Amino acid sequence: MACDRKGHGMSNTPIDRIAAGTPQGVAKRVRGLSDRAIAWIFIAPTIFLLLAVNIFPLIWTIRLSFTNFRVNRPNRDVEWVGLRNYERILNDSDIWSTMQATAHFLFWTIAIQVLIGFTIAYLINKKFRGNDLWTTIIVFPMMLSPAVVGNFWTFLYQPQIGLFNYVVAFFTGADPASFSMIGDVHLAPWAIVIADTWMWTPFVMLICLAGLRSIPDSIYEAAECDRASKWRQFWTITIPMVLPFLMLAVLFRGIENFKMFDLVVQLTGGGPGNTTTLTSIDLKREAFEKWRTGYSSAYAVVLFVTVFGLASIYVKALNKVKER
Amino acid sequence: MSFSVTEPSSRTKWFAGTLVILYAIITIMPLLWIVATGFKSPSDAIAYPPKVVFEPTMEGYVNLFTERTRATPEMLEEAGPPETWYDEIVREKGMVISGESRYGQRFLNSVIIGFGSTALCMLLGTAAAYAFSRFRVPLKDDLLFFILSTRMMPPIAVSIPIFLMFRQIGLNDTHLGMILLYTAVNLSLSVWLLKGFIDEIPVEYEEAALIDGYTRMQAFTKVVLPQAATGIASTAIFCLIFAWNEYAFAVLLTSGTAQTAPPFIPTIIGVGGKDWPAVAAGATIFLVPVMVFTILLRKHLLRGITFGAVRK
Repeated sequence: MACDRKGHGMSNTPIDRIAAGTPQGVAKRVRGLSDRAIAWIFIAPTIFLLLAVNIFPLIWTIRLSFTNFRVNRPNRDVEWVGLRNYERILNDSDIWSTMQATAHFLFWTIAIQVLIGFTIAYLINKKFRGNDLWTTIIVFPMMLSPAVVGNFWTFLYQPQIGLFNYVVAFFTGADPASFSMIGDVHLAPWAIVIADTWMWTPFVMLICLAGLRSIPDSIYEAAECDRASKWRQFWTITIPMVLPFLMLAVLFRGIENFKMFDLVVQLTGGGPGNTTTLTSIDLKREAFEKWRTGYSSAYAVVLFVTVFGLASIYVKALNKVKER
Repeated sequence: MSFSVTEPSSRTKWFAGTLVILYAIITIMPLLWIVATGFKSPSDAIAYPPKVVFEPTMEGYVNLFTERTRATPEMLEEAGPPETWYDEIVREKGMVISGESRYGQRFLNSVIIGFGSTALCMLLGTAAAYAFSRFRVPLKDDLLFFILSTRMMPPIAVSIPIFLMFRQIGLNDTHLGMILLYTAVNLSLSVWLLKGFIDEIPVEYEEAALIDGYTRMQAFTKVVLPQAATGIASTAIFCLIFAWNEYAFAVLLTSGTAQTAPPFIPTIIGVGGKDWPAVAAGATIFLVPVMVFTILLRKHLLRGITFGAVRK
């Protein structure tokens, strides 16, 4: 042991002990870089990169949001327009219809995914033989590139030749050429919900499964001794114990689907009309097709505030549930 | 005792198993369809009813990697017999290969940007995670939350100034620009995940090493890093998969030299209608590596997708 070798026992920390008994050169090396210095050397590059690529652009966005700047007209004088961009956004009926499309998408994807995800997790937790293998297979879609997968879903949704239409027709007896999931105003919002559900239900399922597995058997055994029915056990033990996990899954899906871009833009491109124009798609059009840079910056800021606001309210609720 | 009140009955297990397998089959169906379509001829791909049994052909893959032009019978005569198997497939359609398609290049870009950003992200992320895990850092919780919050921003929202900034300093449509960007986006994931993994390594190991005369740096590289190897590997795979799949930044900030595969694959079109077998072939080559990684990762999957919030 080092302490015995050095024969000093006076100081308190291991480093001091070594330093006190070691030759000058070694001591200098030990102390050469203090923990404090190392901490900063280790953290600084990360913080710097995040400031440069995230915070700096964010501040720039906020600044641009008060101007009428347009990227495609760099020579025009940039005017300071104050809060006008924000006023226009809050009064723009198109943006409200976009928000409605987003709300529809958010509500239904989360509701369906929670329902199916929890059910599948509950069934997997029955520990039938080979459940690990099937879990891994179920998880595949969520790891794949949404843009590439979304593009291929347009093929599955083709009238007549598409696999999706064929399967639906097979079970309902309808003509597979009679409906177009991505061409019909009423069906398109559901087309994106279905594709997103296919892709992300495994995510909710995995988190629920972790929740179910975290419940100790002893609680059920105790309930069994008290002659509580299975139904009662489910509602008074299983659901409350899984709830924090479920809420975490909803938080993640909520934030992700609020930002949703790749899958939907490839599937429907926001159409037909504006029926599937989610906020990110609308923002992309304003910023990179209409080049209204100032206006779209303000739009981006409004979205940030919405996400952060909703997320922090939600996290507070989540913590309350956890504390119970 | 074999009987337990919490152990489901064999009938329940059978019932649960059947339903889960049914769901798994529905889930895997579109993926199998992608793989199958890649081996179909264009007419088989759009046949009605959809063909489950078909004669496999490599046409989709050949079309994916080549540019072709229609040739007159005389030209074909002149060119002599086909030299390779892919030449043969193209000749049968009355065409000749005129060059290489851009898919190979786009795929290579995905590899360069994916691995480049993952390496950089692991370098920065491991260091930061170690510091956050072991040292008293002022405002630690705030810094950690700040790092996490960068992930909440919609990519489109920050892309406007990033687009302007990159154009100003000449990083638009370059590999370096995309590597830096994906590194920044992935740092939140890598710092949070790695901090969790390093937290689990007992501090005593390092203290013992320090007592034995290691410097802090040596303790970090020779004691902590080997202990955290599994965690670092799985975090790296998560970062790689993210960079591999990313679309929004790629489509806005790259168009040529640095374009990755996700924005490119949807743009593959054929002559007279979309060449679905070629699209499916491109998608298959692109998606299969991720499926392999998913199998490797399955033990740490949950941790990765929840930023370390849920540990099994």
